[in-house]
Parts: sequence; C-alpha cells; structure tokens
Amino acid sequence: MYELKFNENECLSCVTCDCLTKCQYMDIDKDTARTEISKIINGEDSFVLHNCVTCYACEEYCEKGNHPFYLIVERQEELDIPPLPKPLIRRGIQTGIPFRGEPDIYEAKEPALCMGVFSDLLYLIQGKLFDGLSLISMDPRKMFHYFCQLMYLHYARTSVIKERLPKIIETIAKHNATEIVFFHDECYGTYASYAPAVGIEVPFKPVHLFEYLYNRLNELKDEIKPLNLKVAYQRPCSSRLCSDKHHFVSDIFNLIGVENVKREYVDENGLCCGGTIQGQRREGSRLRAADVQQRNIDDMVNAGTEVCVFNCPACFNTLAALVNRRGIRPVFMSDLCRLAIGEEPAGWR
Amino acid sequence: MDHVKEALAVIVGEEHVSTEPEELYIYSYDLGTTEPRRPDYAVAPRTTEEVRRIVELANQEKIPIVPLGGGLSLAGLAVPLQGGIALDLKRMDTIIEVSEKARYAVVECGVSQGQLTAYLEKNHPNLMHSEPGAPPQATIAGNVAIHGQGDLAQPYGFNSDMVNGLEVVLPTGEVCKFGSCAVGANWYTQHPLPDVGLFLGWAGTTGIITKVSLKLYPRKKIQGVGQFVVEDEELIPEIIYRITHTEAAHDVVAFSQAIPPFASGLHHITINLSADSEKELDFKMELIFDDTLGEYIRSGDGGFLGFNRGLQRPQISKTADWRKGGGFEYVGAIMPVETYPQCYRRGREISERHDIPYTVLGRVIGMSHAMMFSWTYAFNRADLETIRQAREALHETDDLALELGGTIWKPGIYGQKLVLERIDPNTLKLMKKVKQLLDPNGIMNPGNWEVS
Repeated sequence: MYELKFNENECLSCVTCDCLTKCQYMDIDKDTARTEISKIINGEDSFVLHNCVTCYACEEYCEKGNHPFYLIVERQEELDIPPLPKPLIRRGIQTGIPFRGEPDIYEAKEPALCMGVFSDLLYLIQGKLFDGLSLISMDPRKMFHYFCQLMYLHYARTSVIKERLPKIIETIAKHNATEIVFFHDECYGTYASYAPAVGIEVPFKPVHLFEYLYNRLNELKDEIKPLNLKVAYQRPCSSRLCSDKHHFVSDIFNLIGVENVKREYVDENGLCCGGTIQGQRREGSRLRAADVQQRNIDDMVNAGTEVCVFNCPACFNTLAALVNRRGIRPVFMSDLCRLAIGEEPAGWR
Repeated sequence: MDHVKEALAVIVGEEHVSTEPEELYIYSYDLGTTEPRRPDYAVAPRTTEEVRRIVELANQEKIPIVPLGGGLSLAGLAVPLQGGIALDLKRMDTIIEVSEKARYAVVECGVSQGQLTAYLEKNHPNLMHSEPGAPPQATIAGNVAIHGQGDLAQPYGFNSDMVNGLEVVLPTGEVCKFGSCAVGANWYTQHPLPDVGLFLGWAGTTGIITKVSLKLYPRKKIQGVGQFVVEDEELIPEIIYRITHTEAAHDVVAFSQAIPPFASGLHHITINLSADSEKELDFKMELIFDDTLGEYIRSGDGGFLGFNRGLQRPQISKTADWRKGGGFEYVGAIMPVETYPQCYRRGREISERHDIPYTVLGRVIGMSHAMMFSWTYAFNRADLETIRQAREALHETDDLALELGGTIWKPGIYGQKLVLERIDPNTLKLMKKVKQLLDPNGIMNPGNWEVS
C-alpha cells in the first residue's frame, strides 16, 4: 500500500510552524501549533482536524515540503473526523465512478493536453495557443477515466485516491505521451506533488497549463497587444500543491499587459473560493463560506478589478456569478491569453 | 372520399383533416409502453365552434373522439384505443387574455407551457405560472385535465387547483362555461357552482376543454435552487415537513436514482427559492439551510451541496438515456409524504428485479399535503423484451402505489382497472351516472375510465 512520505523529526524540530500559524482560517500561535502538530503526528485528536477548511494552503506554507496537509487529511480519515457530512462524502466518492463505457485509447502526439474531468470545457481549447496539441479526455461520457481523484483530499479520503489513482495513471499513460499538459492544476498537483508524496509512480512528465501558456505566448509574442485591464487572480486550492509554478501567473500578466491589482488576498494570502467550505459539517459553514467570498470579492472591488481570472472550473462555478454581479468579468486564464493575441475567446462574456 | 372525412373537411378545411397512414401513424402511439392503435381520422380544429361541430358529427356517426394537446401523457391516455377521431388541439393556440392585476391568464386549449412562459417573460415579467417538468410543448389544458403539477406545486398545489374557469364542449355538443365566466364576469375565479371537477382528472372522457383560465403568481427577480443530501431515506418526511413549515420554498423535490452513480443510494432534496432582493434571498437561505437543516449537517446526517441561481425542474425524461433505445415511462402516484421511504425501497426493488436502473422522485404538493411520486423505467424502443420488462415493472408499481395507501395519477388502463376495483361502490355509481349523462353515446376517449 502507498504511504505518505512525511518526515516527523523535521516537522517536530520546525522553528516556525508556518503550516498552522499562517493558516487564514484558524488563529493559532506558535506554541499551540507545536502542540497540535505533535498530536497530529502521533495520531491523536486535535482541534485542527475538526476545524480545517481543507484549503491546501499549508502545503505551500511548509517551506520544508513536508506535506502537512496530506498528513492532516490522512489523520482525519484514520480518526473518523470527516470534514464533510457523510452523505456528501459518499456522493463525492460515487461521482468519480465511470459509468459510460471504456475510453477510446489512441496514440497522442506530443505535446498532449489532458482535460481530466473537464471534457465539457473543451470549447476553451481553441485558437493559436493550442494549435497542434493532441487532446486526451475529450468525451464527457468517459472523462471519469481521467479523473485525478485529488478532490478527495477535501473529503478526507486519501484511501480512495490511493486506490483509484494508479488505474487513472495507467489509462493516461496508454496514450503514450511523455509530456502532458494538464488543463486543471489539480491534475498537475496530483502528478507533480501527491503521487510522488505517497510513492505512486508517474510514467509521464506533467506540465502546468500556465507554464505551457507562457511559453506559447512567447512564441506568439509579436501578436500580443497589451490588454490594459486590471485583473485579479482567483487562486485555487490545488495551486498550493505547485507553488513553484505560481510565478507564471504574474509572468503571463506581464506578458499580455494586464495589471495584477494590489490587494490583500493575493498569492500566499489568496482566499478559498468557498465551494468546499460551504458544505462542511462544522457549525456555520455556509455562512463562513459566504463571509470568505464576501471578503474576497470586496477586496477585488476595492482594488479596482475589472476582470477576475480563473484556473479552476470549480472556483469558476462558485465565484463567477458572484464577481459578475459586482461588475467584474470572470474569465479563464486561457481565454484572457487568447484575447491578448487578438482572438475572440469562447468564454469571454 | 368517405363521407365522414368529407364532413370533417367541411368543418375544418381539407388541409386540417387526414386519413393518410403516415399521418395517422403519428397519432397511433405515445412515448410509453402502450400498444399503438391507429385512429381513423386525424383532425385539427381552430375554433371552439369547429370542435362543437366535430363532436356533433361524431355523435351522429357514433365515432370515438380522442382529444389531445401535446400528446405527452405517456400512459396511453391519448392513444385512440378504439380508433375514431384523433382531435389534435394544437392549432387552438391563442393567449386570449392576461390580467396583470388579478393574476390570471385565459388561454385556448392548444397553448403550450413554453408558449405561455415565453409570453409572460416578454409581456408580464412579474408573473409566472406553475410550469411542469414536461417538455415545453405540453399544453396548459392537457396538464390541468390530468392534475399535473409544476414549479409552484409546493405552495399552491396541483395545476388543476389553479383553474379559475373552463370552457368545455360537452360530449353531446353543447358549449358550457364554468366559473365566474359562466355568469358573464371576468375569468378570475372558478367559484361559485357549477364545479370544474366534472372535467379535471377524467382524461378527456367527459368533455373537451377548449379554454382555460389559469392562476398566475408573482415572479420574483431572483430564482435559484439549493440542494441537500441525506443517506437515510427515513429522514425525508421529517425534513420535508420542516422545510414546508418555513413557507419559504417554491418547489421541493426529493429524488434518488442509480444513474449517474453520484445519486445512487442517496437522496437529494432540491429546494427552489425565489426573492426580489439579495436581502430576501439571504433570509430564506438562512432560514432553510442553517436554521432548519443545520442540525442534520452538524450530526453528519445531511449535507448542503450548494445553491445555484436559475430555475431547475425535475426532468425524468433524462432517464430515457439510461438504456439504449431512448424509451421511458413512469408510474405517477399521489402519495402521503410519510411513505417516501417505502416508495423508494420498494420501487428500487422492482427496478432491480427487472434489471432497470432505478429512478424514484417525489415532488411536494401543497405544504406537504401529498407528494407526487414517480417511478421511472427506461426501455429500448427497438427491443420488445425490454418493453415487456418495463410494462411489468409499471404494473407492479401501480399495485405498490395502492398498497402503500396512495392513488395513481393519470393511470394507464391497468392502473385504471385497479382504481375502479377499489373505488367506493357509491362513488363508482355516481361516476357512471355522470358519464352516462354527459356522454350517452360513449364517444369520448373510449377504453379509458370505462365506468359504464
């Protein structure tokens, strides 16, 4: 069975305890953090296990790359402290079951792009940015064969991820692409962070979508016309699993001439979209999510944001209409990039 | 040309009457499992007067008449079981009047749900009607005639409870009005007597509805749907009781289905809310999802799945896709809400026994007075064996609905027989008298509701 590679000694000797002291949803001082992380390591109950909103951010806060978040969710499962009510957990787990036959396996040309479980967003993948890409997981009926499963971190069900992920990797690998761009950075995080952390072998090289877009935009540099828009980026939870790629957000913004507005909830301080928080079992979760969303969007508005840029379709589903009602246009990053090279993006509305 | 066709052509014009096999074929079946039967004539009148003359002709010739709107009942109610005239009413599609202040619409019998919705959105954006989950071409008149229900079922009941008045062509050819319109007043109430109940629920066997006055309701600026999920079906009646107690929801539906897998063994409750302001919406959300359902969330027994703006309707027709071949039919039954757990378990057993992915759904009617329950069975139209399986499952479910203390909604022939076997003998006698009085020649949709 796959086991999380977690260095207890390194964690127990940590001076800063950033994983918990930097948490934006729990107010934890250093001494408390030390006590609680020790309990978690020892498999004991901790209020952290009950109050964690599963935003993934501690994966980024830990400078040692020691996977505190993966540890928290493993302990939640072991100690039966589900962050969500059980019906939602069951529903979520059943969601990932393929039910429309086997996928069509074909030889993918390099470079390849995998839509994962977002095949119905295929309309976003068009124009010069994606010219020549070979696509994997194009059929919404079959997309669950390509579902990275990492969503189950929110459900404290790493057992499900470990059980299903090898089969998903095997399916993707059958397309014989050595480098695969992943449409969703949750997939990228799965193959670049989670799988190695628990010892699951990944036989292809995952490429972050933003890295691909940045490189492609550089190839098309002559066609870029600065957009002169004021934008805010809604950082998704899974971005915390690949913080080394986060710089591509500002790199792309600089390249296409948009202003990344100055605001409080940005980069390391980015706020969760609230999609997961609202369903949590803890008292007042729906209102807590609404409060997080309100603060996040107020912050965008106060900073003069014109466009809210998304990577994650789940964040988009949760926040797009809310930002839109405040006069901010929601758009996927790829669409913003297409706009910069003079194309009319499919999702620009 | 045969003399009946000739007479029909004189009434409606040659282009609106047909005996061509390819056109009669269209009227010979519905989308359910009922055996097809061709009519002898298909006729599409445009006016009440034309309907009246067709009925007179049918009486002279002793020919059956089967009126139909969208023809979507699924249970064979508009299949001409004994041939005769298929009376297609879709050409009678005028929206005659909308009273903004008194909130009602008077429509001809061929006006469809989608037509009225579109008309109101454009011309009366503050008004809405209770649109069912049926395809938009389903007609207003057809729906009230079978006790349909829609978006506003939870606060206001069946669509047939929303009728302010009717114009009906009786089986003997007289044109009658019922409700306030009968005394020359506006069409704003169905009171006082005579009562429209003579024609609602009779599946077109007591007369042909040609005009309907339907109540309209405030359409709020914001509409949306929240979802709540539980594993334990025993919790559903209690949760519905609590939600309806708030009087804050528009439509409350509970469902469970084998496909897609996320819904299998779980019970989703969709709760439609509407509001004129964010403040009103926040209040209703808090009232329902925090104050009322909070304890289920805290105990881990129930989960709030989220809230999305926009109207959502139950669309059981999607289950037609669960098997190859695109066929589906359901048993609809009006059930006490407390029977939901048994309806789910027993219905699921029936489905699994017949190797059909289960789909069960209950929509709350009128403050939890009842639940319109549906058990849906998919089949392959090209595979007689799967049609037979579905038909057996439907019959077992008709039995089940009655066994559990419910009553079958728009039953097919098998279900009608079950109901008539159980019905109070004196009620049956009265029904016979009514039927004999109104339809002495037995020309109206014969084969359905044969009480004589």
